[in-house]
Amino acid sequence: MKIPYYPGCTLNTVAKHFDASARDAAVSMGFEMEELAQWNCCGATFPLTPDNLIGLTAPAKVLSNARKAGDTLTTLCSVCYNVLKRTNKVMKDSKEKRAVVNGFIEEEYDGSLNIIHYLEVLRDRVGFVKVKEAVKRPLKGVKAGCYYGCMLLRPFEDIGIDNAERPTVFEDLLRALGAEVVDFPNKIECCGAHLAMNNEDVVVRLSGNVMTSAVGMGAELIVTSCPLCQYNLEKSQPKVSERTAGYAGVPIAYFTQILGLALGQPVEGLGFEKNATDIMPLLQKKGIV
Amino acid sequence: MPRIGVFVCQCGNNIASTVDTKKVAGEMSKLPGVVFTCDYKFMCSSPGQEMLKQAIKENKLDGVIVSACSPHMHEKTFRKASEAAGLNPYQCEITNIREQCSWVHHDKTRATGTVKSIDLTRMTIERLKRNKPLKKIKIPVRKKALVIGGGIAGIQAALDIAEGGRDVILVEKEPSIGGNMARLSETFPTMDCSQCILTPKMVEAELNERITLYTYSEVEKVDGYIGNFTVQIRRKSKYVDEDRCTGCGECIEKCPFKVESQFELNLTKRKVIYTPFPQSVPNVPVIDAPNCPKIQKDKCGACAIACGPKCIDFKMQDKIVTEEVGAIVVATGYQLMPNERFGEYGYGRIKDVISGMQFERLASSSGPTGGEIRRPSDGKVPQSVVFIQCVGSRDEKKGVSYCSKVCCMYTAKHTMLYSHKVHGGQAYVFYMDIRSGGKRYEEFVRKAIEHDNAMYLRGRVSRVYEKDGRVVVQGADTLSGSQVEIEADMVVLATAIVSREGADTLAQRLGIGYDKDKFYNEYHPKLRPVETVTAGIFLAGTCMGPMDIPESVAQGSAAASKVLALFSADEMAREPITSVVNRATCNACWDCLTACPYSAIERESVKDRQGNIVRWLAKVNEGVCQGCGVCVAACRSKSIDLRGYTDEQVYAAINAF
Repeated sequence: MKIPYYPGCTLNTVAKHFDASARDAAVSMGFEMEELAQWNCCGATFPLTPDNLIGLTAPAKVLSNARKAGDTLTTLCSVCYNVLKRTNKVMKDSKEKRAVVNGFIEEEYDGSLNIIHYLEVLRDRVGFVKVKEAVKRPLKGVKAGCYYGCMLLRPFEDIGIDNAERPTVFEDLLRALGAEVVDFPNKIECCGAHLAMNNEDVVVRLSGNVMTSAVGMGAELIVTSCPLCQYNLEKSQPKVSERTAGYAGVPIAYFTQILGLALGQPVEGLGFEKNATDIMPLLQKKGIV
Repeated sequence: MPRIGVFVCQCGNNIASTVDTKKVAGEMSKLPGVVFTCDYKFMCSSPGQEMLKQAIKENKLDGVIVSACSPHMHEKTFRKASEAAGLNPYQCEITNIREQCSWVHHDKTRATGTVKSIDLTRMTIERLKRNKPLKKIKIPVRKKALVIGGGIAGIQAALDIAEGGRDVILVEKEPSIGGNMARLSETFPTMDCSQCILTPKMVEAELNERITLYTYSEVEKVDGYIGNFTVQIRRKSKYVDEDRCTGCGECIEKCPFKVESQFELNLTKRKVIYTPFPQSVPNVPVIDAPNCPKIQKDKCGACAIACGPKCIDFKMQDKIVTEEVGAIVVATGYQLMPNERFGEYGYGRIKDVISGMQFERLASSSGPTGGEIRRPSDGKVPQSVVFIQCVGSRDEKKGVSYCSKVCCMYTAKHTMLYSHKVHGGQAYVFYMDIRSGGKRYEEFVRKAIEHDNAMYLRGRVSRVYEKDGRVVVQGADTLSGSQVEIEADMVVLATAIVSREGADTLAQRLGIGYDKDKFYNEYHPKLRPVETVTAGIFLAGTCMGPMDIPESVAQGSAAASKVLALFSADEMAREPITSVVNRATCNACWDCLTACPYSAIERESVKDRQGNIVRWLAKVNEGVCQGCGVCVAACRSKSIDLRGYTDEQVYAAINAF
């Protein structure tokens, strides 16, 4: 099974290990992530004013190119997923906007692409039962907190990957990998997102709430699906440790790294050294490596 | 030659300001067949009607036209006056020159209005010339009523009909009547105990000789029409002989198996042979067959051994009974929206997040905690409780668009009950708006806030989660513009009221309308609030939409009075404006049958002398037909006509234009 794949800019630069671990895991699960021959930035923000159509042109161009490669497109980064899926909905539902955007990018895209997240590929096409069977290095005893963030889930009507207020897809995957799942209240709260650029205090507070709430519920590891979440959590960690009494930090990793680990891939190839937090002591403590 | 009289009304200045009524009358007098014309200030007044009567007699008129307001206003008035003067009432026709003419034209020279009035009146004259005298349709009425639903609205309707001296069948789906009201602890705004005011009525319904109670039963099929319904009722097997059971309760005592109690909303368990609650009417237990090992696997049978009068029969089957009734009152009530839909509130995941109805059971002295407020997880008395209003109500995205109407009041009541039972406990309420319209309702809410110190926070809750055995509620306080976080011991959700599951199926079975939320439609929301478009079927209570107990009771009584009015005569007279099939040309294609919204078309067979069916024909049931004319339009062979509006009449009117 080959699935057309849109990596996005971040996965091509600072989050290369997210991209690589996902591709490797896909191969062990029996499918291939086929990168689009030609792609551009998704725009990184879905325009929230309804008449700001220029913001739709970049993602529409991506979609139009992808449609030429097939009827499905998968992606990993939560922001890309969010922007592409919402743009696709506009292109499908609004005749007027579709005409304007197509006219600008000189394409004839009709919104017929099916955009699915890597998690959906695992859940709906591969199946978690099969994932479980493929596990060679079960994450026994690892208490993992699954951090969804916002972009993967909301707005529900446009995204619909899972129940936006009580999602389970992430937890189901981690359970299949043998981990113990910790439910924590802030798992679908915002990390601070782009405020990392101009208001670090807010990011430290919000990301701090995510981490302390997860650790408070007993998490020993936070698993993410978004490069921006990963960045904000990693970046805030020292300040949060400084400000919060009794908080000693927690390792943070992409879910694809954890997936690769469980599937028995060589630990060195998973890119853990590129994460700002060190997961190795935890894995050694649990006897996984 | 016909002898027609035309009466043009000025309606004060309503018509006269834009229509020259004198000119209209004058023009009409020139038409063949018109022998009398006049105009007058108020035709509907007593002298106006006298003038009409006198003109009919003096000029020997055989047809009358009143050019005035809409026939909805005064057609009845003028037909009655015509009848009094010896004319067939259906020989009196109305031309609408007010709503459809004078009111919509502003031409002060009166030219437009006058010309149009002349045209309209001329058309009516041509139609009237082809009228046939009609007679009211008489239908016999069976003076027995069916009430579907044994909640407070249905009980009230049944009691009032019985008190009016008519027989009633009360059908209830559950093993006991009482409905949702039986679950409530106290009732706002007077705080009288729900059971104390309800159970006497339940007993009264059971003891009343005119009321036949069919509990654990459902309406399967409804045929017929006003005054003549045939209803099939499935009486589900109780596995207990109702006539011999003494209600001693020995069987319940001895039953060794327990399952979740639906009546207690899963807060506690009940036996497999059970009555829903101690005050059940009738006090006859039923066996929950899917959970009974005796019925499923032929193991146990402890109840039958314990039963003194030996009235338990594990082989009992469902029975279908057929009843003939003249009127039906639908009072099927409501249910609550599943709270699991709102993941942010944690219902179903966090034990101490409960619904408002569950709180009623906790506060009820006959409830699982004997009236003490104890939280489900560990039975502790909660020291602080957060109440969240509008869970699903006024939320088009995830819930329903409407306001559930009673939640503001019962939440205020809950905070009071809580503060009376747990001294020093703090209640918090998250609300959108406080809607307390009703007698003594606003004062009641003020009392909860001012006297019982409930802390009202205007804003929504974003998240509820568990932390160290407590329930943390995160929300917004929009009045202070801040985010709040409350650590509470219990959370109560004021869940939206929704229509009952299967409400649409029942509506289709009965032939009544329902809205997008599957609440039943009244005939007219203001002026005919308990009638449906199907004659003889009435509505009461929350099957129409959210309402409180006083409203439900009022509607039960209103529906009963409608039923009693219908039963007051042996025969019922109906307007003869119905469709009629031309038996010579009907080719039985059944397009009319599928088109008819009232199921008024029947299949009629024509037999030869040997009794073999040789032909089929469509037949209009005059008791059901509403004269809408849909079948006339649908008929491809033009074999159906509407009395009073035949094709001939309509074409003549158009030609006269």
